Amino acid sequence: MNSAQLLALMPVIVLTITVLLLMLQASVKRSASVAWLITGVGLLVALWACGFARGHAQQVTVLINVDDWGLLFSGLIIIAAVVTVILSRHSFGEQGDRREEFYLLLMLSVIGAVILIQSSHLASLLLGMELMGVALYAMIAFPERDQNSLEAAIKYLLLSASASAMLLLGFALLYAATGELSYSGIGAKAASAYTTNPALIVGALAMILAGFGFKLSLVPFHMWTPDVYQGAPTPVTLFLATVSKGAVFVAFSRLFIEANFAQYPGLMLALSVVAIASMLVGNLLALLQDNIKRLLSYSSIAHFGYLLIVLIASQAVGSMTTTAASFYLAAYIVSTLAAFAVIATVIPETDSNSGHSDSGADALEGLFWRRPIQALALSVALLSLAGIPLTAGFIGKFYIINAGIDASLWLLLGALVIGSAISIYYYLRIIFSMSKTDTTTSAVQPPAPQQFFSQDVLAGVLLLSVLALGSWPQPFIVFLTGI
Amino acid sequence: MLMLHIIVILLVGGLLAMASQKIHQNAPRWIALTVVFVDLFYFAGQLWSMGDLNLWQAQLPTEPGTWLMHYSSPWIPAFGINIELAMDGLSLLMVLLTLVLGAVAISASWTDIKIHRGFFEANLLWTLAGVLGVFLAMDLLLFFLFWEVMLIPMYFMIAIWGHEGRAYAAMKFFIFTQASGLLMLVSILTLASIHHSTSGQWSFSYFDLLGTAMEEQTAHWLMLGFFIAFVVKLPAFPFHTWLPDAHTQAPTAGSVILAGILLKTGAYGLIRFTLPLFPEASHAFASTAIWLGAFGVIYGAVLAFGQTDFKRLVAYSSVSHMGFVLLGVYAWNALALQGAVMQMVAHGFSTAALFMIAGALQERLHTRDMRKMGGLWQQMPRMGAVAMFFIVASLGLPGLGNFVAEFLILLGLFQADRAMTALAALGLITGAAYSLLLMQRSFHGSVQQHAGLLDFGPREMLTMSVMMLALIVLGVYPQPVLNIAAPVIDGLLVFSASDAVVALEVTP
Repeated sequence: MNSAQLLALMPVIVLTITVLLLMLQASVKRSASVAWLITGVGLLVALWACGFARGHAQQVTVLINVDDWGLLFSGLIIIAAVVTVILSRHSFGEQGDRREEFYLLLMLSVIGAVILIQSSHLASLLLGMELMGVALYAMIAFPERDQNSLEAAIKYLLLSASASAMLLLGFALLYAATGELSYSGIGAKAASAYTTNPALIVGALAMILAGFGFKLSLVPFHMWTPDVYQGAPTPVTLFLATVSKGAVFVAFSRLFIEANFAQYPGLMLALSVVAIASMLVGNLLALLQDNIKRLLSYSSIAHFGYLLIVLIASQAVGSMTTTAASFYLAAYIVSTLAAFAVIATVIPETDSNSGHSDSGADALEGLFWRRPIQALALSVALLSLAGIPLTAGFIGKFYIINAGIDASLWLLLGALVIGSAISIYYYLRIIFSMSKTDTTTSAVQPPAPQQFFSQDVLAGVLLLSVLALGSWPQPFIVFLTGI
Repeated sequence: MLMLHIIVILLVGGLLAMASQKIHQNAPRWIALTVVFVDLFYFAGQLWSMGDLNLWQAQLPTEPGTWLMHYSSPWIPAFGINIELAMDGLSLLMVLLTLVLGAVAISASWTDIKIHRGFFEANLLWTLAGVLGVFLAMDLLLFFLFWEVMLIPMYFMIAIWGHEGRAYAAMKFFIFTQASGLLMLVSILTLASIHHSTSGQWSFSYFDLLGTAMEEQTAHWLMLGFFIAFVVKLPAFPFHTWLPDAHTQAPTAGSVILAGILLKTGAYGLIRFTLPLFPEASHAFASTAIWLGAFGVIYGAVLAFGQTDFKRLVAYSSVSHMGFVLLGVYAWNALALQGAVMQMVAHGFSTAALFMIAGALQERLHTRDMRKMGGLWQQMPRMGAVAMFFIVASLGLPGLGNFVAEFLILLGLFQADRAMTALAALGLITGAAYSLLLMQRSFHGSVQQHAGLLDFGPREMLTMSVMMLALIVLGVYPQPVLNIAAPVIDGLLVFSASDAVVALEVTP
């Protein structure tokens, strides 16, 4: 490894140094505010480092491949982490007395995600995924006296561990068949291995699909999602929905493209079935939800179903696959950030977590007239998730439909149209409840959480990013096609 | 640039109206009215100053140079998406109708909006801006954008200021139009993708995509994607079920805009996009569409006859009248198409006026139920007389615009399909039945106990007289409107005929 390679790894190095600083700080003076500050500064420097590392993009050892694609999503993930950190400042106000550990865990999880995104080898993939996951279990359980979050954490821990085990078995089978662990190596040898020993490859692919399916909460591996989304503190839900899922999807698409998974018709068929099931089940179950966090969990299931269309179409679409997937994923991440940022701000943590006002929708009633910026941000975020023009989500959907048309996947497109039509209903229901003018129920509501100017700034910035990506996408498209 | 300006003026005006609420409760409506008038006079003035409008020359769909105006600037070059606006006679008529009815709508809701007035007027102006965009956009993706985005302010108008069942109605309205819009999006993208594969270039421009060669089967499916999106908006049987709910529950201004303008976007889409983009597929489909139209005429009329809710009755009568538009479009000759355009304009005025009367009644009586009305003429003679005028206009009394429209459509349809003409002509009789029933139940009959009802004041009479004048002019001297629409229709017929000939030569 030479010094240029170290420069390429700059984001990871910055993040690691921040973790060390946090640990040192904990031993000198325990203070949540200082930890908050260190984390924030560390993340911002890491964000800068992502831009800096673009000049040194290269393969770093066999494990990690630093390229524009990976750096883009590392940057997005770091931005998501920044939002989590900003929101955590107020949402952990009175709970627990060991808050600074939260930031340490968050940084570890971000490192895991960045490594996961940039990995080009099954070993680093697994390492990154586990580092990200293990830190996340603790983050979910963080309000430690709350039963719901404990339940969520244990559920996530158990299912995640078994998914990792399956993934590991899949990797082992792949290794047995090909003798390779790097993505490109597998891609080169898997086709011949498939002819000599198809059972091994089929088994491996099935295991890998199940493992990733769990992490991305695709139907039928989605059971954990609503409980974990609901039980976790809202900033952590945001982190899970954007960082964890985004990183895993990037890793999966890299593996999928570089190891040329598209050549196995059986896998494509399985993926198509999973995609259709995710789009329909996710959207249908979202219809039944009253709690907005549960609702968004089901909608995220559907969104990853939409995203799979791009991978299924990848052979016909060719080089546009990464552009299409990246745009949709970026749009999804930004819109989800905006949505959860508003939820974390306007719904008191106790409300959305423990059962006493389980709807969460109550707290949103009449939000337009109480906190217009927050309501506007949530509306635009939901419209973007629904794929209405002028928002980021529309251009994402545009790409996906285009990919589907190029590959003539009419059945999948049909599921997408039906799914989107259903989704409009539940997104609109939230917007409708925010626009209600007769807030007679407000008398029984718990006192609204304290308002901070910074919250409106954050919501405003996210709102503008969603609109900018949707109404002026040309610069981003040019950047993506350059990848 | 003129076309861009009139859209932007409305968008900015909406923001102004919203902000002005802080100054005074009544400021938003004055600002909104001013903005619409500024827009209208600016547009008319610019048209006037252009002088030689070239109105009489055939405007070929393929030749943007022959259109009245054309503007294009890049938006997303990566996919060849442009901000491309163009105007021909058809768009010109629709823009004028939109702006005039926009002013009517503001007047219609002058007093009945009690909360969040600034936001209300803003949504109204934004809806108008979206509709103008629909009538002017010639880039298919830009068109789709306006098509979808104009729904959002309309949704808010129904959802916030609507009547008792507003949540259900607003949701149904939005989902129907969105879901059908998605089908259109898939069609648009497929069309562009076919164009891309043959020409190697991404383009969503109407002028580029016209005449794209494709297989018969593909054309059929793509045509259906567009057709469904447009007939949901029109609405035609069996996609009309959102309409009675949305119209009934919307606030008065919302109903005026919905019935007067928004429905016309569906008819406009059929004439502008479905027919020229897929001439052969549309030809093959014409008999089905005519059947749907004729059935819609009768079905809407029968359902209207059974209503007790004033607004619901008018809403179902729209289904019936819009069936005539569908007939006119698919009869596929100059007479019927002229009739369809005329119907779009005339129905815009007559229904807007009827909804305004319904709104005025609701404001005074707090009910739309006709069983609780009766004998209102004696208490409100001015309103009664006005209602009489628009009801006979709506049933197609000769001398008023609606008669000219329906007569032309039936005349044109007679050349295409005699059986369906006979069926549709029945709609005129049923139309007379429900219209007179409406009049009789609400304004004649025994006097119910309604004390101290206010008759129409100067504001309402002024608004109504503008629409009366429009209908009389359309009925007595329709030639200017026919002249403006003629080049467009001639161009369309010439284009689709030539294209069919070319296709016939290619297929064997």
